[in-house]
Amino acid sequence: MAVKVIIPTPLRAYAGKQESVELQAATVAEALAALTSRFGDLKKHLYSEDGRLRSFVNVYVNDEDIRYLQKDQTRLREGDTVSIVPSIAGGTQIG
Amino acid sequence: MSVPVLKIREELLRRIHAHGVETYPYECCGALLGRDGDLSRDVLDLLPLENRRNDSPRNRFEVTPADVLLAEKTARQNNIELLGWYHSHPDAPARPSEFDREHAWPWYSYIIVSVQQREPRDTTSWRLRDDRSAYDSEPIESTALSASS
Repeated sequence: MAVKVIIPTPLRAYAGKQESVELQAATVAEALAALTSRFGDLKKHLYSEDGRLRSFVNVYVNDEDIRYLQKDQTRLREGDTVSIVPSIAGGTQIG
Repeated sequence: MSVPVLKIREELLRRIHAHGVETYPYECCGALLGRDGDLSRDVLDLLPLENRRNDSPRNRFEVTPADVLLAEKTARQNNIELLGWYHSHPDAPARPSEFDREHAWPWYSYIIVSVQQREPRDTTSWRLRDDRSAYDSEPIESTALSASS
């Protein structure tokens, strides 16, 4: 089904400068795979070297965090909006 | 690689310093809102946020996705952009840590203020490289309050 993936501002440079991308996917995993297949440069900013979604990268379907749904196996319906939202973390190594 | 200048009014820098002093010895954090241009990036406002990292706030900070969405919404309502983030390093240098690098995206500006014994010291700004290998220092131009803007 056709879904819309919202690209956060910092990553638009790696997605053809687009604010959103329409693609066909039945699950969140499929949507992210289709997205990173179309825009390969996005991959390293979403996934760590071991292929897992980076810990600070959060994915929402409409307004629901997929962690509280079926994670990346969350099923998508026609017209759903998938958003990629970072949490911001950091700090010194001392302490 | 040359990084455009980050322009920020002295008053806003002072607010970042004051936030770092207020939360000392814990880390403070907040959002940088403004306009992004080819030659410079202008910080026009701040959104101080609560450090949500309760287990080790002395050497870690966290802004939740809900707060990120709030910062984006606040920027949109003011017809400006969410440009990046600031945080403090209590009793540590104003340099990004490996932990910072692992949890960053390019494009955002990351201001770090070193707060030593409750006194704000160095303030630096950084941008992550496209290949995530390192940060580039982003020059800060502090501007006095002016009528232009």
